[in-house]
Amino acid sequence: MNNQYLPNTPEQRRQMLEAIGVGSVEELFSYIPEKLRLNRPLNLPHPMAEARLMAHMEELAGRNEVGAVSFLGGGIYDHFSPAAIDHILTRSEFYTAYTPYQPEVSQGTLQAIFEYQTMICELTGADVANASLYDGATALAEAAIIALNTTRNSKILLAGTMHPWYRKVLDTYMADLDAQVAEIPAVDGRLDLDALAGMVDKDTAAILVQSPNFFGIIEDLPGIGKMLEGHKGLFVVCTDPISLGILEAPARLGADIVVGEGQSLGLAQSFGGPLLGFMGVTEKLTRRIPGRVVGETRDTQGRRGFVLTLQTREQHIRREKATSNICSNQALCALAASVYLSLMGPGGLREVARQSLLKAAYAREQLAQIPGVEVPHAGPWFKEFALKLPRPAAAVIDAMVDRGYYAGIDLGRFYPGMEDCLLVAVTEKRTREEIDGFRAALQEVLK
Amino acid sequence: MGHPIPLIFERSVPGRTGYSLPECDVPEVPVQQLLPAGQIRQEAPRLPQVSEGDVIRHYVNLSSLNHSVDTGFYPLGSCTMKYNPKVNETATRLPGFARLHPLVPERCAQGALELMYNLEQYLAEITGMDAVSLQPVAGAHGEYTGLKIIAAYHKARGDHKRTTVLVPDSAHGTNPASAAMVGMKIVEVKSDCHGCVCLEDLKAKVDDTVAALMLTNPNTLGLFDINIAEIAEIVHNAGGLLYYDGANANAILGKVRPGDTGFDVVHLNLHKTFSTPHGGGGPGSGPVGVKAQLIPYLPAPRVVKEGDQYRLDYNLPDSIGKVHSFYGNFGVNVRAYTYIRMMGGEGLERVSEDAVLNANYLQARLKGHYHLEYDRLCMHEFVLSGKLQKAHGVRTLDIAKRLLDFGVHPPTIYFPLIIDEAIMIEPTETEGKETLDYFIDVMLQIAREAKEDPENVTQAPHTTPVSRLDEVGAARNPVLRWQP
Amino acid sequence: MNIPQDLKYTKEHEWIRVEGNRVTVGITDYAQDQLGDIVFVELPAVGDEVESGDGFAVLESVKAAADVYAPVSGTVVEVNEDLEDDPALVNTDPYGQGWLAVFELAEGEDLSELMTAEEYQQFLAEQE
Repeated sequence: MNNQYLPNTPEQRRQMLEAIGVGSVEELFSYIPEKLRLNRPLNLPHPMAEARLMAHMEELAGRNEVGAVSFLGGGIYDHFSPAAIDHILTRSEFYTAYTPYQPEVSQGTLQAIFEYQTMICELTGADVANASLYDGATALAEAAIIALNTTRNSKILLAGTMHPWYRKVLDTYMADLDAQVAEIPAVDGRLDLDALAGMVDKDTAAILVQSPNFFGIIEDLPGIGKMLEGHKGLFVVCTDPISLGILEAPARLGADIVVGEGQSLGLAQSFGGPLLGFMGVTEKLTRRIPGRVVGETRDTQGRRGFVLTLQTREQHIRREKATSNICSNQALCALAASVYLSLMGPGGLREVARQSLLKAAYAREQLAQIPGVEVPHAGPWFKEFALKLPRPAAAVIDAMVDRGYYAGIDLGRFYPGMEDCLLVAVTEKRTREEIDGFRAALQEVLK
Repeated sequence: MGHPIPLIFERSVPGRTGYSLPECDVPEVPVQQLLPAGQIRQEAPRLPQVSEGDVIRHYVNLSSLNHSVDTGFYPLGSCTMKYNPKVNETATRLPGFARLHPLVPERCAQGALELMYNLEQYLAEITGMDAVSLQPVAGAHGEYTGLKIIAAYHKARGDHKRTTVLVPDSAHGTNPASAAMVGMKIVEVKSDCHGCVCLEDLKAKVDDTVAALMLTNPNTLGLFDINIAEIAEIVHNAGGLLYYDGANANAILGKVRPGDTGFDVVHLNLHKTFSTPHGGGGPGSGPVGVKAQLIPYLPAPRVVKEGDQYRLDYNLPDSIGKVHSFYGNFGVNVRAYTYIRMMGGEGLERVSEDAVLNANYLQARLKGHYHLEYDRLCMHEFVLSGKLQKAHGVRTLDIAKRLLDFGVHPPTIYFPLIIDEAIMIEPTETEGKETLDYFIDVMLQIAREAKEDPENVTQAPHTTPVSRLDEVGAARNPVLRWQP
Repeated sequence: MNIPQDLKYTKEHEWIRVEGNRVTVGITDYAQDQLGDIVFVELPAVGDEVESGDGFAVLESVKAAADVYAPVSGTVVEVNEDLEDDPALVNTDPYGQGWLAVFELAEGEDLSELMTAEEYQQFLAEQE
């Protein structure tokens, strides 16, 4: 067969077999015991030529509805992503390279990661950041593991207002370790600080809080941070990096570890992956951080260069004693975030955050005027908020799709008793016209 | 532009911008009215202030400092650095995939769900498994997920004493690290002289505490473990399960399936075997496949087909739970799906044939010039030893660095640990004979230099953007971020 | 290879200086040479109680991490904080400024198993 990815010709194959000293390719597989072989063709669809294949892919992609005006959030947001980002991501010197194990020919990737680490430190206020983790949920789980190992305590206090699927991932990761996870209750969509005060004690390994939380509400981070004063437990904050254009860096509010999902920083929504888990920690936790870390150094001629460093934390050296099993991470997604943050700069990031905040506030005010619709919480919010509808959210969402809107997330999926609640996200990309149109359509659907 | 390239922060000019955002068309309200007083940002993050042109030039210049598959040969053992087809990139960027939010109503994501469902079926057929989950996003993540499934299986049977994982001494470091993360103890099994599992040692170590044996086959020496059926029997008789680390699956497509050789759980690295790019260290994808008795424990949700409709099933009471925020690295899975549809079963079998042919050709031509510990036919990769060159004071690290001068990325070095001065070479199937011949010429020249001009090798590289870097200094005094 | 006469040694290449019921522990010249450039030293906390054979410290080079096992049972009473800033002291002065920790011996601790300098020299020769 001819195949555009397999360059060797029949003649070249013959020459190679001769050099090896075997008569056929089959002989090369002679070490596989006959009785274990497949001995039949794989039952897969026939190969497709590229033109037909693209037609097929377009047909598949076409059966996904992406034309609706989106008010969906819940961890993945429709923020604006400048065209320049994808032009860098398609530089194949970046995307077809492996992990930068040979620094002399990997300075591009290494310097980009070093710059990314710096940007994450700047955003979060942390002293040290790693090269990336899989996503926000696993970054949260890794933070909890740091807390267990550092404090040698086993009690994890987990916000009930944390993204429900992050909580599920955390449960998976904690299940086999010496950890007890207790949920911090919420009142009015925010953590109940009185209840939390009664839960913190000398056995606390960490408090895990999301702010802005799953309902879009900004938690009282300074108040929560104070509760750990005098305790060795760590304060872990999971945050939205866009919010940090306008909200105080969590590490300056007492967070020991700041994690979160970086998809908002220029990454495609891509049905929920690939994503970007980021992590920043205080200096004293430097050697507890999971995954790859890049450091600055000099070459033999004194020129600045970058290398993977502090590698004794990692699985390829420390094996079962490593801080994590992570090897491949989300390097290219971290590159996208770096390009995004470079383009935006401090002013652009603040403006994205400010417009998201104002547009969400406008939308909330408009939607609350629809008869029968209420805002169930008192805030303060960032770019996302819950709405209480006069009927189950699932049917409303469905009816809104037919009118060209993704109205939001059915909160009943995650919080029993909230079946008539909708979680609405508004980014800087939404225009006043779209928001007004959304209001009109929702009003009609609810009539 | 010569190296060093300034940091993006060092290009910053106060007041310069690289973005355009729409005017705010909703009523302006001071943010102080909307945000809690104590949490308004006091100091802006010190991000660079640069133009779009500055940003593009910076990153394009940085990219030129990288070696990549698209710029040169990359025979990095165990990493399967094959060509990454461009159609994969185009397909995954189709708006219907790229702009799809994961929480849209399922009727709005039928194309995506169908793709996931079919890809799971294809990977199950390729590995001989009964079901696959696409949720794990990397090889190590797949290992973690697979071991969680194994632990859940034993627990569901009331078999609570299974707390150890057997790992060969030649295993990848992720194996023991993953086992530790599911709270298991690691017991190492010795390799025999072919890097295969030593049956005597296995028999001595297997008991009723063993949850699983983790194995790569072909092993890290690129040799197929011919005792695999007997290994499976030993472990299964003791009540343990067999875990297949798919790092080396590029050798066996369409030839032999882990599921037919006794494995109960596999993970695949789509960024190795199925041509999705490595991205400089991710994103990858590490799907996990299991045999029928383990299906109830797969991560939630699972894609199910009902009539001609697809949906996500969350009602899985025995599932290990979730391991990712959503459904895994969908964008990577689109690339792998594209590749499999391009190649078909016939094409994939040819992939393994050519991968094995290329590796054996290199091995045949290089042995003699470099020490080959196990002189037999290899699979998709093989391991030389630099010990002949060590006699001249040239170490494997030096050989690796000298290769850089010829535009070749070095093989994996000093792994597996059971070979002194290891040089692990995996050419992949996407390299033509003339590239292999060039590599052979270069390797022979370096072997000659090691004898005649060792200093030229030990001082290498000579032509790269930077010379050898001070890794000791970097670790002793970590500088992990730019400071203004 | 430097092997001071006044010290005791273990098969794990540690040296021990005995002073009453207190012992100072470090790694030998041979061990530091094998490990290469030490970039980080993880030390126990003062007050930690260790059993003979427990890992009590970790020495890290760029590409390896080595546990240091307690040659005796006892309580950590002093650690070498200078190593935090200058881990290279383990390489440059393993028997002096590169010491790791001081232990107060547990009740009835028997030191007779430890090797003398001659015995350690002999041991090293057998290892080669």
